[in-house]
Amino acid sequence: MSFPILSIILLTPLAAAGIIAVLPKRFHDTMRQLAALAMIITLLLTLFLYVDYDMAAGGMQYTEYVPWVTDLGIAYSLGIDGISLPLLLLSSAVGIAAVFSSWRIEHRTKEYFVLLLILIAGVSGAFLARDLFLFLLLCEMVVVPAYIMVLIWGSSERIPKSEAAMKMTIFLLVGSAFMLVGVILLYVYAFPAGMRTFDLTALSMASVSGSIPYGVQVIAFLLLLVGFGSHLSMFPFHIWSPDGYSAAPTAVSMVNAGVLKKIGGYALIRIGFFILPFGAKFWAPVIAILATINVVYASYVALAQKDIKYMISYSSVSHMGYVLLGLAALDVVSVTGAIAYMVAHGIMIALFFSQVGYVYDMTDARSTDDLWGLAHYMPHITTGFMLAGLCALGLPGLIGFIPEFTIFVGAFREFPALTVISVFGIIFTAFYVLRMLAKVLFGRRIAAFEGIPDERHTDVVPLVVLGVFLIGFGIFPSLLMDMVSSGVEPLRPLFDLVRDAPMISLLQGVPIWGGFPK
Amino acid sequence: MMTAMHFSTISIEISIAILLLFILLLDLSRKRKAGQMMPAYVTALGLLGILTLAISRYATDGTVHFFFQGSYAVDAYSLFFKILFLLGTLFTVLYGARYVAHKVTHTGEFYALLLSALLGMCVLASANDLVTVFVGLELMTISFYVLAAIRTDNALSTEAGVKYLIYGSGATGALLYGISLIYGMTGSLTFAAIAKSPGIFLGLGIAGMVLMLAGFFFKLSIIPFHLWAPDVYEGAPAPVTALLAMCSKAAGIAVMLRVIFTALPQAAPMWTDILAIFACVSMIGGNLMAFCQSNIKRMLAYSSIAQAGYMMCAMAAANADGLKSVLFYAAVYLFANIAAFVTVSYLEDQRGTDLQDVRGLAHYSLLPAGFLMIALLTMAGIPPTAGFIGKFYLFTAAVDAGLFWLAAVGFVVSMMSVYYYLIVIREMFRDLAPGESADETALRLPPAAVLTGLAAVLFVIAIGIWAEPLSIFTNLTILQTL
Repeated sequence: MSFPILSIILLTPLAAAGIIAVLPKRFHDTMRQLAALAMIITLLLTLFLYVDYDMAAGGMQYTEYVPWVTDLGIAYSLGIDGISLPLLLLSSAVGIAAVFSSWRIEHRTKEYFVLLLILIAGVSGAFLARDLFLFLLLCEMVVVPAYIMVLIWGSSERIPKSEAAMKMTIFLLVGSAFMLVGVILLYVYAFPAGMRTFDLTALSMASVSGSIPYGVQVIAFLLLLVGFGSHLSMFPFHIWSPDGYSAAPTAVSMVNAGVLKKIGGYALIRIGFFILPFGAKFWAPVIAILATINVVYASYVALAQKDIKYMISYSSVSHMGYVLLGLAALDVVSVTGAIAYMVAHGIMIALFFSQVGYVYDMTDARSTDDLWGLAHYMPHITTGFMLAGLCALGLPGLIGFIPEFTIFVGAFREFPALTVISVFGIIFTAFYVLRMLAKVLFGRRIAAFEGIPDERHTDVVPLVVLGVFLIGFGIFPSLLMDMVSSGVEPLRPLFDLVRDAPMISLLQGVPIWGGFPK
Repeated sequence: MMTAMHFSTISIEISIAILLLFILLLDLSRKRKAGQMMPAYVTALGLLGILTLAISRYATDGTVHFFFQGSYAVDAYSLFFKILFLLGTLFTVLYGARYVAHKVTHTGEFYALLLSALLGMCVLASANDLVTVFVGLELMTISFYVLAAIRTDNALSTEAGVKYLIYGSGATGALLYGISLIYGMTGSLTFAAIAKSPGIFLGLGIAGMVLMLAGFFFKLSIIPFHLWAPDVYEGAPAPVTALLAMCSKAAGIAVMLRVIFTALPQAAPMWTDILAIFACVSMIGGNLMAFCQSNIKRMLAYSSIAQAGYMMCAMAAANADGLKSVLFYAAVYLFANIAAFVTVSYLEDQRGTDLQDVRGLAHYSLLPAGFLMIALLTMAGIPPTAGFIGKFYLFTAAVDAGLFWLAAVGFVVSMMSVYYYLIVIREMFRDLAPGESADETALRLPPAAVLTGLAAVLFVIAIGIWAEPLSIFTNLTILQTL
């Protein structure tokens, strides 16, 4: 493919950020329009890819390759397959919604859009990278912009925003320290010195050929699990996320909860499963147990939340439990469900945050104690809340149902008891979501909200964009599921390979402190 | 004819010495109050010339020129470090000129001492026997004692000079004692001869090696030899602090690498353990102590202790990749320090270097705030700055050498260290809370400082995005040396 379409998707937001950075302050309208234009281009190109991708051929397509740092074997190497394409679509859709949700930002507009575009470019780029180093670089790149955005444009409801921002940043970075160590470990073992590479496909092939010993796989996977677990807000590494999301400005909550979080799950598949299948096999039961704790514990905590943003944040922690459960089952069906559910959850939660953000901007309230009966005055907001809320509790016909169902079907064979416990999480979810919707939307009419305008013009864009995907993929789930299955299919031989590996043999050669066999 | 050939080997050192003398004479003939900036211009011009000379002498054919019967080696390795020292000093002179004119009474002496410190560093980079090491080290360190105390109007600066002198003398004593023990046990001072002698493995030989390493650790401010660093960094004039952080440290690294790799290669099993343990202690301790600093210069002092620890991780790897990564990181760290101290110097000049002095800096003077931010992010190792790939090189080398635990500690503490760097960034960028006040005047940077800062920032970002040029340069240097 001569036309570098993936590079354009990656670089358009960055280019826009560069142009905005040099514009004088008074052009703040131009800055918004420029950001929106960049995201529209990105979304259109992504949609084109989604339609144009050859599912029958499968594998990495539209690949680009430029050697980058040759002595480490790093390349600027992009490509996309059935796993990353839906997630890229998610990130483009959430990106455009985030830009339009930020339309009302008047305070330090220029810095805001520069940072937001860097954030969006980083998270989209992570799904495009075919090189492990590039992937890590893009993951790390987004942390500091997110920190500054929470610090300046965030809100201090429960804890000061500077504290929440620091907590989020340190958790993500220390988590990524573990994953960097894990990555270096597998990188050093996969090939002898001089032939090393960060190319994901090559590393996966090296692993299948047996060059990464079991013990190293077990250790490296654990390190990656800590790293990506903190991205994914896996229990007990989740504690940053409710505070972080709640303190963040709307757009950052949307991108972080909608997309950044999914990078953790994506990386567990891309790196964990493809490169360290035996490590994955070893830790799968642990992941499954943690996943169940995620589902039950976080939804239990969500029950007690009055602040809607905190409630949504805890619900997202609990929903990540489903993703982890799907991954832990190491089954093609459940992993397909988990990836599709990441897309579904991303769209849903971004919509939720954008609607709550609008209400918070207008009324300065986001607690269920203060908000009553918005449906009397705000039909658009009501639509948004209803779509997101019903999707969260897994209503058929919306995007969340089929993926959730697929996860449970796939995981039941492997972990019947844990799956049954997790299914009960849905009841919790239904309880707190419906309780909130009933009161905030359909509660009694309050005069204080009388004069508050409903979403119109640019405010409606997030609702429309995300709503189209929410309903579209709900009615035609095969559009999503077929794409994901085409990407997951290459995992089948790997799962068959590890299925019969006895656990105890995996412990062979687990390095004790300091003494790595080489 | 042969002698002329020989002297051309040390042309860089000779030119620095001539420039030094010229500055001294110039200062004598200069009228006191007038022409405060002139020594700076002359020094900068001279350094630029010498830098060109150094770059032109960098050969890629792997030849080594010896001088004084092998006690002085000019090879790609030494030229790499000399280029670094020259760049660091040149940039410091450029951005610091206005600061020096404002704050330092003895401008002529300042530049003369700067050049003698530079000469000491260049000698260190080329030293091929232990006496030359000692001469270079002392030339550099004694110049720095005076430079640290050169603000005679400032009590902190004087204190810094005295502290540095006292601690430094102790370290020098240890080093010298170590050298004498090694000489006694091996019967030689040249590195090649020491490497061949079995005497280093006898009790006193090991003691000598340990004492000598302690002397180097002092230069690198490795815990527990770091006690001088915070006070000296805080008290010394900011451009001098910058030189201490980048050039003095790089010189210590240059000589230590050469000693352990050419004089003590057979003792590697011993010193790798020593280096690994001290690296670990420095990384953890330096970062922990930096957490609660409220002065930016002190914070940078503790951060530099941690940075030395990172670099020592790769030295402990004791392989070519490790060497290469140390060179790479030293270059990146040099530019990060330049960018940081451009801002810190003028903060010290115009308001102060406490945390509350940078509050709201980004609102009124975005450029200096940007320099400091990029520099701190580089030290923290956040992409897209070059610090990320630099740390990646360092810790990959460590893992490759089986020091997996060390790399794990290194990565974790280095990510934790982002906390205290972010606190400075937070103070610069956040909105002021009601009731807080900030200095609303813009921080004035002279044009030369702006250009230097821009160059340094562009370098760390460019290398972060496209690391290949520096990577090839360091690889080439290492390949020719080994």
